[in-house]
Amino acid sequence: MRILGLETEYGITDPADPRANPILLSSLLVTGCRTWAGERTTRWDYGGEDPLMDQRGVRRERTHVIPELLTDAHEFNAKAGSVTLRRRRGSWEDPAHLNAVLTNGARFYVDHAHPEYSGPEVTNARDAVIWDRAGDAIALEAAAAYTAAEDKPIALFKNNVDGKGASYGTHENFLVKRALDFDVLAQRLTSHLVTRQIYTGAGRVGLGMRGEQPGFQISQRADYMETEVALETTLRRPIVNSRDEPHAERKKWRRLHIIIGDANTFDVGTFMKLGTTSLVLSAIEADDARLDALVLADPVPAVWTVSRDLTLRGTVELADGTQATALDIQRALLEIARDYVTDAVDAQVVARWESLLERLARDIFETAREVEWVAKLQLLGRMRGKYGTDGREAPWDDPRIVASDIVWSQLGTGLSARLEAAGQVERLVSDEEVAAALYEAPRDTRAFLRGGIVAARPDIVDAAGWSTVVLDRDTSHGQLEVVHLDDPASASHPLIDELMQR
Amino acid sequence: MPQQSVNQDSYDDDLPEEVPPPAAPAASTDALDALLDEIDGNLQVNAEQFVRSFVQKGGQ
Repeated sequence: MRILGLETEYGITDPADPRANPILLSSLLVTGCRTWAGERTTRWDYGGEDPLMDQRGVRRERTHVIPELLTDAHEFNAKAGSVTLRRRRGSWEDPAHLNAVLTNGARFYVDHAHPEYSGPEVTNARDAVIWDRAGDAIALEAAAAYTAAEDKPIALFKNNVDGKGASYGTHENFLVKRALDFDVLAQRLTSHLVTRQIYTGAGRVGLGMRGEQPGFQISQRADYMETEVALETTLRRPIVNSRDEPHAERKKWRRLHIIIGDANTFDVGTFMKLGTTSLVLSAIEADDARLDALVLADPVPAVWTVSRDLTLRGTVELADGTQATALDIQRALLEIARDYVTDAVDAQVVARWESLLERLARDIFETAREVEWVAKLQLLGRMRGKYGTDGREAPWDDPRIVASDIVWSQLGTGLSARLEAAGQVERLVSDEEVAAALYEAPRDTRAFLRGGIVAARPDIVDAAGWSTVVLDRDTSHGQLEVVHLDDPASASHPLIDELMQR
Repeated sequence: MPQQSVNQDSYDDDLPEEVPPPAAPAASTDALDALLDEIDGNLQVNAEQFVRSFVQKGGQ
């Protein structure tokens, strides 16, 4: 069991007006999401979770500040649990940062110039797939509400590139033990992040950040990875992000924020992305020294090399000077991961992992119902034949091929969705599970409290964040109660439990 | 506490046995060709303009 979370930034366009302002469109989409949610939604709590942590890297001593700043002082109360008081400082919302906290525990909001769905905390990769698909369905509900209100169509894309140089992310979050040395963690995890793309990649037409060269590669994000470890996520993007914002008890936990992954429209891609990475993290937490044999000599160029090698036969250099294919490295990681299986979902991950590696090594097209880049390559490959002239295939930069790569990921009507409707994509979760997850939060994490209180008592919820629920029960509305949910794995809090049952 | 009574076990019951997934056959030729025919008209008309106008801002 590991706390996981998945965030998706969607591409967004007004098909009738390609020049429409994406921040405004995103904001109107979040408004649409609120319309869909009705009264059962709340604002985001931007209140300081660590008010003394200075952005410049220093932290002020508690004894050196006025008591008013100590908004995070938890006063334990056996009946009410961890609750602190906060003075209301107005309720204005910035339209460029509009949010909707939903009954399923998710956050739907404007991030930069994209709508983003941050799924609720879950405890396994299968649940991650369910609530990720629920996010896509919620985005479509928001789009329908937008269209009804604005009388305009809107198109949403679950991809990561526009082919003109811009990239936007799909971020994975993993709760890991704080005791781990971050540099060791980053070094041991990087080989997996570089090579897992052979079964998690969504496929991309175009090589280079702007698609300067015609061609097809395995990963959407690969060309945008420029450094090994860094704090940034929007420029000089790193394979391993070092942002230290645990949204949980800092002494015990880190929230590892991974930005290298592609957005996946295939269940297997999402499932394997989270499932395999979680198992490798368990090996790292156990200080498994076998991982050191897999450290890469030069990880950033290796990301590009692996992404462009559709034969899966090319090699990258390891730190000890030997050469290995991505499949070799993945096979070694799989053998290590077997020792860290603790539940039924882990076992499913390992079984699928083994099977995928076997079939990818034999003939990649055997995995076309599961691996998104292979399915895309198969469909677009056939399209190149169809549009070819003089016995030659159409080039990769034929506008019909490039357009199809974009339309592949369009929510609702995209090529991937149509392939799935035609029974050509393997599903891991049922439509019923996804339909329920639009409204219901996972029952085994604190998302149950966040989503549950928004569902049961929206009248008294002022705002909510990852680790807080802010209640407004004061008749004069001047004083707010901040309920602290510091343990992501706890789905119980004395005060919230009581209020939800009322 | 309802959240205590419904936990991981209820999800596990829904999972298939721990057997390797079967080797999936590749997508059928018919399904792919049908899909390509379906989108053909649209692509012939406006693919170039669509690609040119698909411009996004950078995100994270």
